[in-house]
Parts: sequence; C-alpha cells; structure tokens
Amino acid sequence: MEDVPSVSVVDWRRQIAGQFASRPEYLIPILQSIQEDAGFLPPESMVATARHLRIPESKVYGVASFYAQFNFEPQGEHRVTICRGTACHVKGSGRIESEISDQLGVPPGGTTGDMLFTLEAVACVGACALAPVVVINGEVFGDQSVDSVKQAVDKLREDSTEE
Amino acid sequence: MALPPELGRQDRLEPTEGEKTVNLDQRIQSAKDNWKAEQEGDDVRVYVGSATCGLAAGARGILNQLPGILADLNIEAQIVPVGCIGMCFAEPLVDIQEPGKPRVSYRNVSSEVLPSILEGQLKNGGPPKEWVFGTLGEGHYGELGRLEEMAVLAPQRRIALRNCGWIDPTLLDHYLARDGYVGLQRALGMKPEEVIQEVVDSGLRGRGGGGFPTGLKWSFCRKAKGDQKYLICNADEGDPGAFMDRSVLEGDPHAVLEGMAIAAYAIGASVAYIYIRAEYPLAVQRLLHAMDQMREIGVLGKDLLGSGFDLEIKIKQGAGAFVCGEETALIASIEGQRGMPRPRPPFPANQGLFGKPSNVNNVETLGNVASILREGSKWYSGFGTTESPGTKTFALTGKVNNPGLIEVPMGITLREVVYGVGGGVLDGRPFKAAQTGGPSGGCLPEQFLDMPIEYASLAKAGSIMGSGGLVIMDDLTCTVDIARYFLTFTQNESCGKCTPCRVGTKEMLTILERICDGKGQEGDIELLEELGDSIKKASLCGLGQTAPNPTLTTIKYFREEYEAHIRDHTCPGQTCKALLPVDSEATLVHTGLIRMTADRCDACGKCVEACAVAHSESKDPELAMNEDPLPRPRVRLQPVRGVTVPTSCRHCEAAACVLVCPTGAMAKTGQGGPVLCDDDVCIGCSACVIACPYGVPEAYLEGEKITKCDLCIDRLDKGGIPACVEACPTTCLEWVKR
Repeated sequence: MEDVPSVSVVDWRRQIAGQFASRPEYLIPILQSIQEDAGFLPPESMVATARHLRIPESKVYGVASFYAQFNFEPQGEHRVTICRGTACHVKGSGRIESEISDQLGVPPGGTTGDMLFTLEAVACVGACALAPVVVINGEVFGDQSVDSVKQAVDKLREDSTEE
Repeated sequence: MALPPELGRQDRLEPTEGEKTVNLDQRIQSAKDNWKAEQEGDDVRVYVGSATCGLAAGARGILNQLPGILADLNIEAQIVPVGCIGMCFAEPLVDIQEPGKPRVSYRNVSSEVLPSILEGQLKNGGPPKEWVFGTLGEGHYGELGRLEEMAVLAPQRRIALRNCGWIDPTLLDHYLARDGYVGLQRALGMKPEEVIQEVVDSGLRGRGGGGFPTGLKWSFCRKAKGDQKYLICNADEGDPGAFMDRSVLEGDPHAVLEGMAIAAYAIGASVAYIYIRAEYPLAVQRLLHAMDQMREIGVLGKDLLGSGFDLEIKIKQGAGAFVCGEETALIASIEGQRGMPRPRPPFPANQGLFGKPSNVNNVETLGNVASILREGSKWYSGFGTTESPGTKTFALTGKVNNPGLIEVPMGITLREVVYGVGGGVLDGRPFKAAQTGGPSGGCLPEQFLDMPIEYASLAKAGSIMGSGGLVIMDDLTCTVDIARYFLTFTQNESCGKCTPCRVGTKEMLTILERICDGKGQEGDIELLEELGDSIKKASLCGLGQTAPNPTLTTIKYFREEYEAHIRDHTCPGQTCKALLPVDSEATLVHTGLIRMTADRCDACGKCVEACAVAHSESKDPELAMNEDPLPRPRVRLQPVRGVTVPTSCRHCEAAACVLVCPTGAMAKTGQGGPVLCDDDVCIGCSACVIACPYGVPEAYLEGEKITKCDLCIDRLDKGGIPACVEACPTTCLEWVKR
C-alpha cells in the first residue's frame, strides 16, 4: 500500500476545531469534510472527531459505518461509479458492473492493488433518461456500453502509467 | 462525494443579518423590463440545456465550443445555459432565438453538426430542417412545428417545472421576471393561519409519495407548542429511477426556496433545513448561490420584507442512506445520528428535530407552494381531479422512446403518458408493465393503461404514487428479475432496526434469487406472498411496509411468469441468465458440443492432462502437480469395445443426475446448455454418481463434493474452447457449435 502521510489525533483535532463548533449535529459534516481532505476516514481522525464533539468513539464509528458514503480504506486514484438505478438496470447496467469488475479484478466497493482504481456501484445518479450511466471521476457519462466503459478505464490506466 | 468548502462555513456561522428592505416591487419590475428587453432586443440568444442530464450527454463540450464557432461565423450572440426542460432523450438540446421570433430547438446536437446549425439559421436564412426538433414559445417560425402542440408537450401542465429550461437558474432577475417571490410577498401580508387555509383549499397533497394533505400537516405543526420550530425540505431523493427533485433544484432553485419561506412563515419556523443527497453536487451549488441572492433582496435573514419574520436556511448533505427519506430517519440524520426511523407517535409535528415541533415536506410539494400563493388555491385546484388536485412530475424512463422529466395533471391515463408524452414503447415492442413508486411501488400491467393516475386508483391497483419514478417495461423485461432487483435494493438499504424488514426482506430475496437461477421450488410463490404480507404488516417504517410491493404486484399480475421460471425452467422475458433458451445470442457460446471420433484416438492422454490443469488453481502445468487437493480431470480414457477413447459428460437433455439431485445443485443451464454442479449447494450425497448411466460424476474431497465436466464454461465465456479439445493433437475431439 502506498504511504499515506499520517496525521496525528492532535493535528486532526486542531483542524476540525478550526472549522466546526463542538455540537453533535456537526458529526456528519465533519466526517464529510475529513473524507474530502483525506479521501477516506483515517482512524486518528475519527478519534479526534469524538474528542472534539465530546461523544464516544464508538458513536462516531457507528454513524460513519451506517452511511454508504464513508470509506475506511484509502481510495484509488480514479473512481469509476456504475449507476445501478432502475432505468440503468433495465438497460443492462448489471452486465457493465460485472464486466468492469472482472476487468479491474475487484468487486464493487474495492480498490485495485496498484491504487489506481476504485470501483463503486450506487443506487441512482439521477440521470435516468440517459441510462445506462457511468460516472468516472465525478463526470457523468450517458448511454454507456461494456466496451465504452472498458475503453475509458484502459485510457485512464495508460495515462496514469505514462506519467 | 465532495463537500463544498462553503458548506462548512455556512454550517458554522450564526444567521447573518438580511439587508434592510429593498423594494421588492421595484426590483421585480426592473427584472421584468430587463427580461422583456432581452427577449425583444436585437441580440441573438443561444440556449444550452446544462443540467446533469445535458452535461452527461455532452453539453459541456458544446458550451466550450460555442464562443469559437460564433466568432468564426462573425455572429454576435448571447449564450444562456439553462436548466432541464425535461426532454432528456433529445439532449444535448440547443435552442437558437432570433429577435422577435420563437426559439428554434435542435435535438441531439453533436459538436460536428453545431457549426452547420448555427450557420444555417443565422447566416443562410433558415433553420436546417434535418436537425430541428420544433419551436418553443409564442408565435410561429415559418412552417416549423411548435413543440407545445406536439404529443410530447401538449398534455403537460407545468407548475413545479414552470421555469425549468426557460430561465438561467443562476440569475435572480430571471426568476423575478417570471413573478418570483410574489407568492411570498402575498403570504407575508396574510396571517399564518390564512396561508395554511389557502394551501388546505388548494388540495395540495405530499408529493414525496405518501400523499398526506400538506395544509393539514402544516396546521399540526402550527398548533404544536414550542419556542423553536423547524421546517425541513426533504431532498434526499433516493428512489432509483427518479430525478424530479434534482431537476427542480438545478433548474429553478428559487422556486423551492420561496416555497420554503412561505411554509416556514405558515408554521412559524425561524430555521429551515434542506436535507439533500451528496450525489447532487450541482444542486447544492445552485442552492447556495440562490440563498446569497435571497439575502440581497431581503427574503432571507432577519425581518423578511419588513414583516418582522426571521428565517435562516441551512443545507445538510446526506451521506448515502435510502432510509433517510423517511422523516424520522431524516431527522435523526440531521441531528448527527445513524439514520434510523423511530416509532410514531410522537409525530415530528410535536417532537421532531432536536425534540422540537418540525415539519418535513418534499421538494416538489414546496415547489408548488409558491405558485399556489401567487395564483390562489382556486386556480391550483382547477388542475387534476377533485380527490387529487394539481399536477405531478414523473421521471419517465425505461423502454420508452422519449424518456425524460414530465409534469402532467393528475388523472391523466397511463396510456396518454406512455404513448403520448413518452412517444410509445422503444422499437415498437408491446407494452408489458409500468412500474410506479420505485422500490416501494408496484408493477401495473396492460389492463391499467386506461386507469387515471391519482393517489386512490394507484393504491387500489396495489401500487403507490411514490415520488414519481415511472419505469416502462416491454415484453423483453422479466418481471421476476425486476422484483429481485428492487428487493436487492431494499434489502441492502434496510437499516436493520426492526426484524420483519431486516430478516424478512433477506428471506424473500433468497427465494427470488433461487427462482431467477432456475432452482425455484413448488410453493415458493405462496411463501413469497405470505412473507410479503407479514413484512408489510409488521415493519416499523415506510421502507419495510412497502418493500414487498414490487414482488407482490408482479405475482398478482404476472403469476404465470413465476410459474414458467419454476416449472418450465424458462424466462419469458429472456432476461434471467440461467434460463435463457438456445437461440438466444447471449448463450450461443455455451451450446456447442464436444464431438469425439473414436478411430482418431491415440490414447495419448493430452486431453486428461489439459482438463486437470484447466481446473487447477494455478492453471499452470508445472504448479498444478503440487497443488493440494490435486486437480481432478473431468475426462477419462476408457476402453470401449476394444478401442480406448476419451469419455466425458454428454450434458444430456433430460439428465438423470439433474432429476435425482435433492438440493438442486445439479442443474441444466437452459435448453441445450451444459449440466453444471453448483459446489456451494452440493451436499455430496452422491445420488448423481449412482444415477448417471455413463459414470461421469465423481465424488471427491472424501465424498463431500462432486466433480464433473463443466464444458469449460469459463473458457467459453472468454471466447475460447474446452481445454481437452484444444489439447487434442489428432482432432479426435472437436468443438462443434450448434
């Protein structure tokens, strides 16, 4: 695994306290902001959050693990999100999901060993009229096929290895 | 998903002071004058649909390209990015408006044809007809058809979506020019009780799916005792297949915000929250921008328009949990807890957010409020039916020619929606069913095509209005697969608090998966009905109470499809992979045969070795020898009438091994497909070893599992041929496709 610069509990707490008041209702916004910074929730950051809000660490972990948005592992450089909404399902997103999962060699939710790709399946992106939809690094692509997504993934891999 | 940095700031700051009374009337008047000048001025205007759907279809490229092309052609034009007009099937949409003429709309514009379109209409004196979709707005442009008169728009009545696609959502003046904040102004001049009465009279019902009368809900919260009350806008649009709220928030954020201000005034809430999905970053951005503009004209902050009423709006981003669309779960989530529902009563109107009286309304409901206050309740109840007045937006998707966002009066029939607005079923195939209400709703078959769409009639048919997802299915859609799909979703999203939902949905899903895999048993349908009924009755919140709906309605209306899966091992919708017939393209590779010509065999044993290697962990001849357990070949060299030949499974049609297997592990994958043994299900009873007349299945791992030829399906899937055939040096074994 790549070295993630580790930030101590004290530093995390300083950073959080600079942005948010110590009120339990800010728990989710704080976690969202940490994930925005680090790409995932490092254990130290959750301890710091608990101390800042004066709530048990178990509560922070309980909330973080309840919501699909939060990751506890470092994420890949590129994020490939496959929409599994109803309209996409009817138009064959299931096949795209399984083929891309084979191509990358990780199940949805997984990150490739080289830390290049994270594959993700979400319930609905809300662009159903363009089904099937795939989101690559935040950009939404409509009317996708297994081949078009495979090509996009290959291209990202090439670009990354060239650098 | 990214949290915009402003959000942290917004969340932390105390309410800022709204600027002192700007004269709103004057501002509206000047906005109207500007709008008129813009519309009637000498400028050419180019509108580009740039909501999420437009961007996904390539609008960003067009926006980047436009200035260059216009400069090349020496044309002066204003470029206006607009919200979603709802005709997502035609995206990217580009409209060109010449002074004094209606907008000419072009569909599916690509960067290749864009220069020709601009040149055609603006230089060569006439819109190039081959790309024209129609005209929008008053008046005629030559002989071009008017979109408003075409089947796709004619039956629609736009109230919640009235500005979407017409105005630039980032410009306050555009909203004001279309009578923005007039409704709020009127409301602030009335008593809160009068505002509530106006909404009661309009007959508006909750558009989130429940259909509870909105005015009544407000009056509960108004009457509740408490020093602090909260209004919450539920923008956690989680139903897969629904995107109405996203379109309204992206295309006309002020309409929702104005509705919120009116609702907050009516119930007496000085703080309002918008709980929005993290998957909608553009909508969040538009809302934050719109809120800054509201402060500018004094309709947000302290002392709204000099009425003495204060309002602060906060945005909370959801973190990905479907159950948070349920109001008590949503409230828990805003408080920073796990988003789990709690039993009601006490209702949120009495004890909601932070234990204070709260009122939760859906985006579309609030989007209608401003229009009701502006035009009056009588005007609003003139649309729709007596029981369900007004209009409803639907996200029309699936196998339909014109998918998109539509707003139709209540009481319209399904046929008008599918064949009128929707342009009919894709590829002219027959209509099979319409699914309303997403994972909580049901499938309506052909016989309901002429049923009016309203709360009561949908409920009678076993479905619900839901938030407005409307997925059309043709005869090539398997209803069992759809039931399985929705249950996969609800089972996954069940929060786990109550047992009927947590365990019940899991059990139902197991049965449905079994049926889709061709391993369904007699009695499964009845079991599903019984389970579904119990889950509906015993679950704590709306998620569990409605989760069995897709399954129960598909059983009710398409029972014969379930029976076909279970008894005939066929999938009439040709969707379930394990049950596909021979002539289907998808399984053609699986339906070849290994042909053996006895007199060509030299008994070299290459096929046996290749088979063992192909079924090893490493797939490498050197390493496979040292594996534990030793890989087993599925083909054997056997003496038959004096010659030695390779023998392996014949993959019989009415296979004895399949018939005797007590667990369903041994199964024929479609007609003509291979007979496969599912290791996860096999209990190693060896019944098949006894039953097979050719002695094919072998017990291994001390009799715990069975091995037999699998026709190398993993190799076939990748376009290869079975390992034994590939290894055979004498063409004794050949691969023959059927």
